[in-house]
Amino acid sequence: MSAIATGEPERRSVFLALVRFRELSIIIFILLLIAVVAANAPAFLTAPNFRNILLNISILTIVALGQTMVIITRGIDLSVSAMIGLVAMMVSFTVVAFPAVPPALAMLLGILLGGILGSFNGLIITAGKVPPIIATLGTLSIYRGMVFLYSGGTWINSFEMPAGYRALAKAAPLGVANIILFAAVVAIAVYFFLNHTRPGRDIYAVGSNPEAARVSGIPVQRTLLMVYVISGLLAGMAAVLWASRFESAQTNTALGFELQTVAAAVVGGVNIFGGSGTVPGVILGAFLLGTIENALILVRISPFWQLAAQGLLILVAVVVDSAIRHRLQQIGGSGELS
Amino acid sequence: MTAAPGERNGTMPPERKRLSLDFFLRWEWLLAALIAAVIFVNAQLSPFFLSTRNLMRATSDFMEMGLMILPMAFIIITANIDLSVASTLAMSASLLGWLHIQGVNIWIAAAAALLLGLLAGGLNGLLVARARLPALVVTLGTFAFYRGLAFVLLGDQAARGYPASFTFLGQGTVGAIRLPFSAVLFIFFAIVFGLVLHKTTFGRYLYAIGNNEEATRYAGVPVARIKLIIFMLSGFMSALAGIVIAARFGSTRPDVGTGLELAVITATVLGGINIFGGSGTMIGAFLALILIGLMRFGMGLVNVQGQVQSIAIGLLLIFSILVPNVARQLSRRGVAVRRGAVLAAMAMLALAAFFIWFFFWSRVPILNQ
Repeated sequence: MSAIATGEPERRSVFLALVRFRELSIIIFILLLIAVVAANAPAFLTAPNFRNILLNISILTIVALGQTMVIITRGIDLSVSAMIGLVAMMVSFTVVAFPAVPPALAMLLGILLGGILGSFNGLIITAGKVPPIIATLGTLSIYRGMVFLYSGGTWINSFEMPAGYRALAKAAPLGVANIILFAAVVAIAVYFFLNHTRPGRDIYAVGSNPEAARVSGIPVQRTLLMVYVISGLLAGMAAVLWASRFESAQTNTALGFELQTVAAAVVGGVNIFGGSGTVPGVILGAFLLGTIENALILVRISPFWQLAAQGLLILVAVVVDSAIRHRLQQIGGSGELS
Repeated sequence: MTAAPGERNGTMPPERKRLSLDFFLRWEWLLAALIAAVIFVNAQLSPFFLSTRNLMRATSDFMEMGLMILPMAFIIITANIDLSVASTLAMSASLLGWLHIQGVNIWIAAAAALLLGLLAGGLNGLLVARARLPALVVTLGTFAFYRGLAFVLLGDQAARGYPASFTFLGQGTVGAIRLPFSAVLFIFFAIVFGLVLHKTTFGRYLYAIGNNEEATRYAGVPVARIKLIIFMLSGFMSALAGIVIAARFGSTRPDVGTGLELAVITATVLGGINIFGGSGTMIGAFLALILIGLMRFGMGLVNVQGQVQSIAIGLLLIFSILVPNVARQLSRRGVAVRRGAVLAAMAMLALAAFFIWFFFWSRVPILNQ
């Protein structure tokens, strides 16, 4: 490695610095996209539209950050969508039955219920030693089935919901819609947690090398349980925001959303094999997905193209990411981008 | 997290010499016992369960899933996964429908659908085998991409009006017991895939790749080509399933088979195929399909909604792995249980109790309205 390192030290370090700043490629991609779309649709580069994009990606960002922590530990949480569906239904039933429940309490209830569901996932995975993909595939079916069992097939409409509950996501007492503030607070909290606390650093350690983490005294099982509980807590919060924003709770709420959260994380540079991933990257990943969705509508491309474009984007992102990793390894970098 | 339960492995550790006992401890026997139990319980619950006509009609509901389980078993045995199968099904069926609307002969359209399936699987395979990208991420991308192309092809319309000679593929029956034609198709492919997996070098290579891909590559096995082939097989079989489902419904919509990929993976894993690769049998996957089919059919007869049925399938999937694991842990640890673990367990029980209470309590006011 040292032999390679002696050649062109200047340029190599600049290249490494650029490439190590993993978020840069996503930023460039987003800027290119914005340039192309703005040239074709004048409505794109406006403040209301920007706010619109942020509104659309807030819930995705919240859940994707939980998903990110799980993926960093080499796991995956496929049950987030079903948790959102179940918690949204349960909290909506409760506020409709008891309109006196303040919205803040409804939010806390949602977070609590989500945390309990997440702890079931974590327990099955840690105590039961069931692989995460199987455990959460199972609870995906179970939780989604429980939505039907709970609601008996009925749903909650907009007009049934108390006004305070409906306003929870959309009201803007601080000038920005609450839902965006929720996402921002979660992002800052997760950023601080992952980078500046011991349990947060443990998540990376467990994901990079579980055996080494165990030997060095990191509570591996407790860390794993924790990430699934956090994923559940965030899904619970997202559920209440979802019900409030779309003013309904249906049996198919958030159906298929789990793959979008994985997509946001992966596009944002989270390594699916664990050990690396950053909060800014995931936010940019969610923002890119949201921008594409928005752009396709503005440049009047059929909405039927939207899903295909999203899929293509994920493929491009992983191919580019893998190419960068290979290049890094060739020139003597570690390939670890965290 | 590589705790693969021993009972589920197709091959038992060599140091165990009680071969006859091992034979009966295999996962497939547990599945067979579960199937017997489901048949017994269902026969008690509903007089309509043991009617050949009902059973045969119910069979055709699961044949598309069966066709996709076969290549999925290959893929999971090599420690890969294919999340795009249901999207490939929809894309191929949509191409078939679109070509039919354009006035193309239905059999040419079907051939084109199969070709598209091969190409779709080929793209997955290239990205996994040549570009060495993780299958989970690649097929997550194509999961969205292929489903998206299905919507591009058909939009919000449905293709219908297929000729009777074509709908026979999904609705036709064979013989006096009215065995669905799709079941004949499935059994044929199940035998072919089973023979390839268990009786050919290609099949042995799949296990080798799943156990240690690097070592297999150094042993001179063309790992990349084999991976490409199994993903192409998966695409082909998904397209075939798409043709069968189009024929069964008599129409095609681009959202056909949504969520089917998870059902296919559930059945494959329930069949004893290790999600980490390297072990599992085709008979196990076959039995798991029958078990899931019978459970859903039986629950349907006693009026359990389809979505509620999935609770039972999910529980079965988790417990099939959890119970042997926990039993082994308990027998190893003996009675030495830490106080922290007891406290944690009690806290979990309290949370679970609260959740269950709240679940049943909070729904009452709305449902009584």
